[in-house]
Amino acid sequence: MSLRALTLVKEKYPDAFVEQYTDRTGGAWGVLKPDSLRQVLAHLKDDPQLDFKLFLSMDAVDRLQLTDSVPRFEVVYFLYSVTHHEHLRLKIRAGEEAPEIPSATSIFQGANWWERFVWDFYGIRFTGHPDLRRILMYEEFKGHPLRKDYPLRERQPLIPERPIRDIFRGPGTSGTA
Amino acid sequence: MAHADEREIEERPPEEDSELEAHLQTRRMMINLGPSHPAMHGTVRMRVELEGETIVRADPEIGFLHRGFQKSCENVTWNQCLPYTDRLNYVSAIMNNLGFLKAVEKLVGLEIPERAQYIRVAASELHRMHDHLTCVGAIGLELGGFSAFLYAIEGRELIMDRVSELTGARLTTTFGRVGGLNRDLPDGWIDRVNRTLDKIHELLGEVDGLLTANRIFVDRMRGTGVITTQDALDFGFTGPCLRANGINYDVRKAHPYWVYDRMNFDIPVGQNGDNYDRYLMRMEELKQSEAIVRQALKEAPPGPIIVDDWRVALPPKAEVYGTIEGVISHFKLVMEGVPVPPGEVYDCTEAANGELGWYLVSDGSGRPYKVHVRSPGFAILSGVPRMIEGRMLADLIPTFDTINMIGGEVEQ
Repeated sequence: MSLRALTLVKEKYPDAFVEQYTDRTGGAWGVLKPDSLRQVLAHLKDDPQLDFKLFLSMDAVDRLQLTDSVPRFEVVYFLYSVTHHEHLRLKIRAGEEAPEIPSATSIFQGANWWERFVWDFYGIRFTGHPDLRRILMYEEFKGHPLRKDYPLRERQPLIPERPIRDIFRGPGTSGTA
Repeated sequence: MAHADEREIEERPPEEDSELEAHLQTRRMMINLGPSHPAMHGTVRMRVELEGETIVRADPEIGFLHRGFQKSCENVTWNQCLPYTDRLNYVSAIMNNLGFLKAVEKLVGLEIPERAQYIRVAASELHRMHDHLTCVGAIGLELGGFSAFLYAIEGRELIMDRVSELTGARLTTTFGRVGGLNRDLPDGWIDRVNRTLDKIHELLGEVDGLLTANRIFVDRMRGTGVITTQDALDFGFTGPCLRANGINYDVRKAHPYWVYDRMNFDIPVGQNGDNYDRYLMRMEELKQSEAIVRQALKEAPPGPIIVDDWRVALPPKAEVYGTIEGVISHFKLVMEGVPVPPGEVYDCTEAANGELGWYLVSDGSGRPYKVHVRSPGFAILSGVPRMIEGRMLADLIPTFDTINMIGGEVEQ
């Protein structure tokens, strides 16, 4: 789908890519080195042949329970070009220990909230982000809930919950004790 | 795009007069709007720093409606995710259901029956009208035009009646299943829909007459909440909010899915990127959607509504009760879920507020490994401070209306 764009970028920055592949449904992916992210994004945005100006979204995947779980995290970026009508999929891999990757906020303002989202839910830090606060969870929250090792029924109430004994499954773990 | 009136810009008072006015001492003030505030649609808290009536800084704080959408989806089977998707954009739930299913079907590699495709198009467009009617009505309401709101809500109510006949629920539709649809059109439904659309057409005329050329309404809308095209792209605006800036991007035209390539419709495109253009986009899309619903229901061919593959779709009840293969398929589907082979996919549909994107990862276990939803409202809300900073506090209300933020999808 966006193989053309990936080939163009790869010609320009051959060292920026770790890998390039096409997934089972025909989507072309480029796996970037963290250091070259900003350079590649800026080029994608400004080159008229590419013109990927629309920042769609980003998110992360915790690969803990998959067969190839090292490195543990993958951060995915989705861009769109409104002139060439193409989607672009990019990926950055990050390790388990204090994962950090460069922020894209200086290039795409839309990355601001999405990076806060990824920090909030996966605990991946974005260096150079102007305001890396949690976005959906509250500041007192401990941990990162979309990590696969965060328990589904874990609860962190700000005020103590009364135990509910007559309902078998919860809320959370307080009712099962 | 015809402009509503040829009003002249009012002259500011001459300089000499304003010199007579005493200097008014003001100081910066921080006020909280929301999270429980009728104009904050859902539960967003806005911390607004004011200098007089001018907004110096605005900081939306979201998350009061967070339900752990992704975490919940990762722990149920693919079809069981559907009720969660209802609650993303609860004003156009069908589009969320079907958008999610389309991504799953792409990951499985399924082609759904033609009749299901037509019904999906019709149902989606019906809910697009539902969403836009709510938005347009709410704009009227919050700018003081209560009658316009009532007309729009009457139309919305009629659509809800049709939707409840089709899906069994007014709001949380849970419509469709992987591979097609869970139920066919009810008897006489097409006729009722066509009569409903006639009525809505009439009601829209009333709304249009009350708002579009209304002097007070135009004054509040035109030139307020402006965003430049550059910023709109940067923040990731899609849908009517992006098209109001003159960018012609609609997933239905750019990457046609289902049978949208056979439908006759136009995409309205604005030019100013202000509240008024965003309002006009929605009014025009209502008319286009009406045409699509009529055409899709007229042309829908007879035939099956779900794929005939028992690994994906539940077998007919007679087979479940009568044959051992039917029982086993039924059991496996209910207990283990649809077997989605390992892999990843990004897929998108055009929802009422813009591109609804899904990034799904499957590990082949029958449950999603990762469900990323690119909700259009999240990106648009992140651009709101840019649209209102340096403007009057009163502009915040129509801006918040026309972006049509839905708490459910923004806060997942």
